Amino acid sequence: MGTVVFFIFAILAIAAAWGVVTSKNIMHSALYLALSFSGVAVLYVLMNADYLAGVQLLVYTGGIAIMVVFAVMLTLRGDVRESNPENRVWGWGALISTLMFIVLAVVILTNADWRILPTAWDNVGSAADISLLLLTKFMVPFEAAAVLLTVALVGAVILAKGVKVSK
Amino acid sequence: MNLSNLANLSVGLSTYLLVAAMLFCLGLYGIFAKRNMIAILMSMELMLNAVNINFVAFNRFLWNQKVDVHYILTGHVAALFVIIVAAAEVAVGLALVIAVYRNHKTTNVDELNWLKW
Repeated sequence: MGTVVFFIFAILAIAAAWGVVTSKNIMHSALYLALSFSGVAVLYVLMNADYLAGVQLLVYTGGIAIMVVFAVMLTLRGDVRESNPENRVWGWGALISTLMFIVLAVVILTNADWRILPTAWDNVGSAADISLLLLTKFMVPFEAAAVLLTVALVGAVILAKGVKVSK
Repeated sequence: MNLSNLANLSVGLSTYLLVAAMLFCLGLYGIFAKRNMIAILMSMELMLNAVNINFVAFNRFLWNQKVDVHYILTGHVAALFVIIVAAAEVAVGLALVIAVYRNHKTTNVDELNWLKW
C-alpha cells in the first residue's frame, strides 16, 4: 500500500518537475510547479513528517506557487505560448545535469549503509516535538528566521514598489 | 555496482534519495537552460524541495532513539528553516524581477548584460 502510494506520487512529482523545465508556456510551468510541490507533500506524509507536509502545502503550494503566478502575470509580454524558451546552451545544461544525476545515482545505489527499509509508522504526530525543539534548542535561529522574514518582506515591497524620494 | 541489489530495491532510504536526486537535477537543468528569470526562480525552488526531501529522509531512516529521544526531529527543523529561507528568497527574487521588468521591459536573462564591460 505504502509502496504504491509512494510510486504514484513520486512519479507525479518528478513528471510535474519535468513539465516545469520543459513547458513552453510559463503559466503552465507555474501550475506544474504547484503540482510538484503537492506531490512532495505526500512524500513527506509517507516519511512520518505530517507537520512538514502541512507546511509544504501552505507555504509552497499556497504561497510561493501563487506568488510566482502573480509575477508571471505582471511581467508577461508577447505570445504566452512562447513565453518560456530555452537559451542557446541548453544542450550543455542537459549534459551537465544528466552527468550530475548519474554520479548521484551511483553514489546512492552503491552505498550499502543507505539501503535501509522503513520501520513501522509510529502513529504520533511530529508537531509537538518540532515545537519543543524550536523553542528550546533552536530558539535563536527561530527568532532570527522571524526577523529574516520581516526584513525580506519589507525589502520585497520596497524593491517592487520603489521608494519615493522626498525633498 | 552489484546489480542483484537493484532487484530487491524497496521504498527505503535510497529510493527517496533517488527521487530527490532526480528533482535536483531537473532543477539544475532548468537553471542552466531557461531564459526567463521567473523560470530560473522556479527551478531553484525545485532544487530546494529536493534538499528538503533529503533532510526528512535521512531523519526518518537514520535517527537512533538511543542517542537522544528529544532531538530525533532535527532533520525536520532543518527542512523547516530551508522552507522559511526559500519563502524569503522567492519574495525578494520576484520583487527584483518586477523591478527589473519595470526598468527594462524584459525578463530575459540573456538581455540583462549591462554589467558586462
